[in-house]
Amino acid sequence: MSDTYTGQYRITLRNCGVINPESIEEYIMADGYEALAKALFELTPEGVVDVISESGLRGRGGAGFPTGFKWNAARKSPGDVKYVICNADEGDPGAFMDRSILEGDPHTVLEAMAICGYAIGAREGVIYIRAEYPQAVNRLYDAIAKAEALGLLGDDIMGSGFSFKIKIYQGAGAFVCGEETALMNSIEGGRGEPRLKPPFPAQNGLWGKPTNINNVETYANIPSIIRRGAAWFRSFGTEKSPGTKVFALAGKINNVGLIEIPMGTSLRDVVEVIGGGIKDGKKFKAAQTGGPSGGCIPIEHYDTAMDYESLGALGSIMGSGGLIVMDEDDCMVSIARFFLEFTADESCGKCTPCRIGNKRLLEILKRITEGEGREENMYELEYLGKVISDTALCGLGQSSANPVLSTLRFFKDEYVEHIHDKRCKAGVCTALLRFFVLEDKCTGCTLCARNCPVMCISGAPRKPHTIDNKKCIKCGLCLSKCPRDAIIRV
Amino acid sequence: MKLKSWDDLKNYRDDIKKEAAESAKKVTIAVGMGTCGMAAGAGEVYEALEDELKKANRTHSVSLISVGCYGFCYAEPMVEVRVAGKAPVQYGYIDPKTARAIVRRHVENEEILHDHVIKQEVRLA
Repeated sequence: MSDTYTGQYRITLRNCGVINPESIEEYIMADGYEALAKALFELTPEGVVDVISESGLRGRGGAGFPTGFKWNAARKSPGDVKYVICNADEGDPGAFMDRSILEGDPHTVLEAMAICGYAIGAREGVIYIRAEYPQAVNRLYDAIAKAEALGLLGDDIMGSGFSFKIKIYQGAGAFVCGEETALMNSIEGGRGEPRLKPPFPAQNGLWGKPTNINNVETYANIPSIIRRGAAWFRSFGTEKSPGTKVFALAGKINNVGLIEIPMGTSLRDVVEVIGGGIKDGKKFKAAQTGGPSGGCIPIEHYDTAMDYESLGALGSIMGSGGLIVMDEDDCMVSIARFFLEFTADESCGKCTPCRIGNKRLLEILKRITEGEGREENMYELEYLGKVISDTALCGLGQSSANPVLSTLRFFKDEYVEHIHDKRCKAGVCTALLRFFVLEDKCTGCTLCARNCPVMCISGAPRKPHTIDNKKCIKCGLCLSKCPRDAIIRV
Repeated sequence: MKLKSWDDLKNYRDDIKKEAAESAKKVTIAVGMGTCGMAAGAGEVYEALEDELKKANRTHSVSLISVGCYGFCYAEPMVEVRVAGKAPVQYGYIDPKTARAIVRRHVENEEILHDHVIKQEVRLA
């Protein structure tokens, strides 16, 4: 890394788009299952945990919890029956990092789960995958069968005496089941509702047994770390956030797709250099990280390093890696409403703060975007948001107010405009839009009036026309039909 | 046939590497067929490539494979042409017509379709 290259370094995505995911031979040729063999024949279970701990790997599903610590806790828990779970629920809208890994390189996850099983003393693994990923589900079934046929999974792996079997469990469409305790309830056949923590899954998890649960991307790092060592992994990223992270770039950016970058890369470099810049030459306004649990990063913080601590300090989270880029045509109040609509809908309803709080929060936001905002709304959003964050039972509720609190922090003026002036400068909130005919440009051709679906445009032929904004439904048809650009939208 | 030791795995790896090198076709065409690629029409691109290779009588010397998502989702459907001894070329925005052109021009005549080449750098860690 001695040149001036600012870009991608692939660890978790190393095989995606390179090998045929349905060929276990191609995976093996790419040093597949070598890490598992090294773990089984060269390292003790404690040794495996030590390597992972030294590497500093942190959970890539969103929370960023030290993986080695989790594995150690599960390893130390007494008991003969333990479980390894892979969280492949990937519910964040716009996130598809896990899907790409599962479709493009399924064996890397299987190998990692087996290594984890060896480390903590589990003989059974479960992959909880959302049913909306049929190709990934098929690839996994195929990969498990092929690995078992070669003796790389199942009984007495490679003659080591260690046995590990993996089952697949499909989700039923609930975002909340991406939360680890709700996920386990779901596997057990219960409702997708979270449990109180502590006890943590490492002590009391699936079927009450010690369980290690990690995200797909976290597991995808494991084989490389075991093979190449903790020091190698630490050569990427930062001191507190070593390694790389996969981001799903979406929104108003040219290079939409997946990128894998060292932690600590600046947001500016991600958008301008790696992402190819803002589409249509527009101006960067904000980047949303962490999906519905995250916050926005405005242009004042364009040089922020993409790592756990820096994003947290700005009121956002790294999250699973969704990165939505916004330009001057995006309305931040509308974005907050969009995410809150999602989380309010996905709330399981078990705890009052989330069930009722999010609903109330959403009602306030809806009124603001529809031109009925009130002076006290800004205070209400802030207060309610903080109360929900502090008192909700699980991560969904604890983070659902983040988009609101974050946009209030960095884009307060937009809220003021929506509430006081009943205006949406970005032109997104249709209820706040008004259409006007420019009298000096209008030739009275009557095209607009004839096309208006609610007939709210009046005027004599060859005389300037007028739009009745009270009747107008903001469809914009008149603007698009006018041959003289005499109609403006404000 | 189950692998019963670490050496078994290493030997198996060496065997399949040797076999791959010996039977290696000089050209491999990889089509990105993750869900994103398929949604963009990679299925039709794959079929077009398969058909064109048959027409050009090249099915024995060209290997056509499907791979997962490389991450260049903005440019799907994507096709990568790997020629032994040369750097792989990644093409984006491919439709069945351009796919056939890849076979006729790049595979047959070593002529790269510069308009469609994706120039985004990615490194392995």
